[in-house]
Amino acid sequence: MHRPERGKRVGLFIPCYIDDFYPNVALSTLELLEAHGFDVEYPERQRCCGQPFLNNGMHREGADFARHFVETFESYDYVVAPAGSCIATARYRYEGLVEADRLAALTPKLFELCEFLHDVVGVENLQLKHPFPQRVGLHNSCHALRELKLGTPSELNLPHFSKIKAILSRVEGITIVDPARDECCGFGGTFSLQESAVSAMMGRDRIADHRQQGVEIMTGVDRSCLMHMEGLARRDGTPIRFLHVAEILAGRTEESDG
Amino acid sequence: MVDHARNAAAFLQNPERARWHDRALWHVRQKRDLAVKAVPEWEALRRAAEEIKGHTLQHLGYYLERFEARAQDNSIEVFWAEDAKELQQIVGKLLQEHGASKVVKSKSMLTEECGLNPYLESLGIEVTDTDLGERIVQLAEDRPSHIVLPAIHLKKEQVAEIFARKLGTDPNESDPFRLTRAARKHLRQKFLEAEAAVTGVNFALAEEGGIVICTNEGNADLGAALPDLHIACMGLEKVIPSARELGLFTRVLARSATGQAITAYTSHFLRPKPGGRLCVVIVDNGRSHLLAGRQEKLLSCIRCGACMNTCPVYRRSGGHSYETVVPGPIGSALAAANDSDKYASLPFACTLCSSCDLVCPARIDLHRQLYQERERCIRVPKYRGKRRGLKAAALFLRYPGLRRTAMGILGSLMPKLPRSWIYYRFNLWGREHEMLRPARRSFSRLYKERKQ
Repeated sequence: MHRPERGKRVGLFIPCYIDDFYPNVALSTLELLEAHGFDVEYPERQRCCGQPFLNNGMHREGADFARHFVETFESYDYVVAPAGSCIATARYRYEGLVEADRLAALTPKLFELCEFLHDVVGVENLQLKHPFPQRVGLHNSCHALRELKLGTPSELNLPHFSKIKAILSRVEGITIVDPARDECCGFGGTFSLQESAVSAMMGRDRIADHRQQGVEIMTGVDRSCLMHMEGLARRDGTPIRFLHVAEILAGRTEESDG
Repeated sequence: MVDHARNAAAFLQNPERARWHDRALWHVRQKRDLAVKAVPEWEALRRAAEEIKGHTLQHLGYYLERFEARAQDNSIEVFWAEDAKELQQIVGKLLQEHGASKVVKSKSMLTEECGLNPYLESLGIEVTDTDLGERIVQLAEDRPSHIVLPAIHLKKEQVAEIFARKLGTDPNESDPFRLTRAARKHLRQKFLEAEAAVTGVNFALAEEGGIVICTNEGNADLGAALPDLHIACMGLEKVIPSARELGLFTRVLARSATGQAITAYTSHFLRPKPGGRLCVVIVDNGRSHLLAGRQEKLLSCIRCGACMNTCPVYRRSGGHSYETVVPGPIGSALAAANDSDKYASLPFACTLCSSCDLVCPARIDLHRQLYQERERCIRVPKYRGKRRGLKAAALFLRYPGLRRTAMGILGSLMPKLPRSWIYYRFNLWGREHEMLRPARRSFSRLYKERKQ
């Protein structure tokens, strides 16, 4: 097997809420990367990527986090995170906030987990040992789909592809189910607080869409979107489980966090 | 200040209507998808539209003057209005000189923006909106909630009630075909009586000195064909270089708007009718301030409404929740660009999902525009609390050790606290969501233990 990337140093970025609420997602990511031969390090000094501040127009606060992110991660060969929206923030929103040449050097090394497995490891080199014979609804989070372009959004007239599905379909026994709409779940960080009524309806609509496809497990690459829908589903008593893609890939589907 | 969240919550008080509104507009979005996917070169068309609009805006002065000169060669009279007031005065004066007391008007968001109807009515001129949706809204003494589908917020039963009240039809007759027939009969009389027509403009052709108006009902044509005076009002961004580029825009406009290959009527006005007058009013009203900056792209909008149909927030909050003439993503960006104090909440009525960017036929970077507007909007006094909260959060997140310890304590306390302590009134998350409990051991702790 051709594995030129073996032994390269990967800096693991774990979003704050995953660190605190969903350690399984982080552990799964770590295990997956190690299993594929990477030297993975979790730099403890890492902080938030700054997204909540940048998305609220607070660029001074955001810039502090951006600089810290660059300083923390620029020495690695790759930076991988089990979160589309944090990677999208670092890739597309740091411009003008940190020195341009340092940012230009870091940006090509940034990867969302599935993106990394697809683009760097390669689908044919994947070693996934844990079958998951279940119907799983794939929630396409907006940052992953439309910004990181991990798949073809329904708006565009382009040939269909999905990096997430390409990876996930390598899991033995899995059935991946698409919802009728690849629409936003309504989380949007502080949007879910400021516009709670619209946000909740959007989330409930996504859950209902998946349930209509006979899905009892929803997955995705952004645990934040799933967290929002999980909070709504629990309030409503809707019987549906949420798993990050990493947990399915690494076989950590039994324990549940949050 | 407009409070979008409050307006949206009020709209959602009627969940059935909200669901219906969402589905109706998603249906239009799906029609658009089907039409777009039948055109293999679609994405290339969007790129071309973006480039042509960008080029025209870069040389806007040249193209506007060219249009004026060529239009004058064609005996079209050209007027310039710096703001809404000037537009009102120009149109009012033209109508009064002509002795027109009854006017038919086809759809024009610009005249809505400039408050033309109320002004003309104050001069004693009767203005009849002839687009069916706009006529419904006018009879209801309401406002359009969508730029292409002005009455999308009303159900057919409501239209039946409005028509019964204003046109004397049967209040129980809500069959769309019959309602349309009733409107047609009523409007036909208005067309015949009209002494002047006011229309909008979809495209102004600089090289040919003519204007193009797209409608599905033919109401602009009928309106302009009968009386001797036709006044067409256009924002200065409506100019395109020549008829060569027009085909591209008519292709993307109708497909993006409703999923049609082309609007039912695409009417070219190249000179006044024999013995008549054709006047074109070119309006700035704040547009030129957007030129040469990062907001310039907003002037590429061809008003197809696709960003509204795809916007998950718009579909669930209704056009009126924005309190602007143009609602939805493009409306929020324009409103915030022009008055970030009054419209500060609009750029936040968005999850940055960027679906709007991808349906926009002119490839306007709408979500990026809204993202950037937030920097000014967060500074309004109303958001002082939010700003302080975020500053506190920034301080907290600067110290990962502190954050992990605090979340650990929260995790162990949560099951012991009474529900009413957790779901107190300022817990915004708890309004709709159950609280999720931090894990017993954070990943960083597990990572440390694993290394040992």
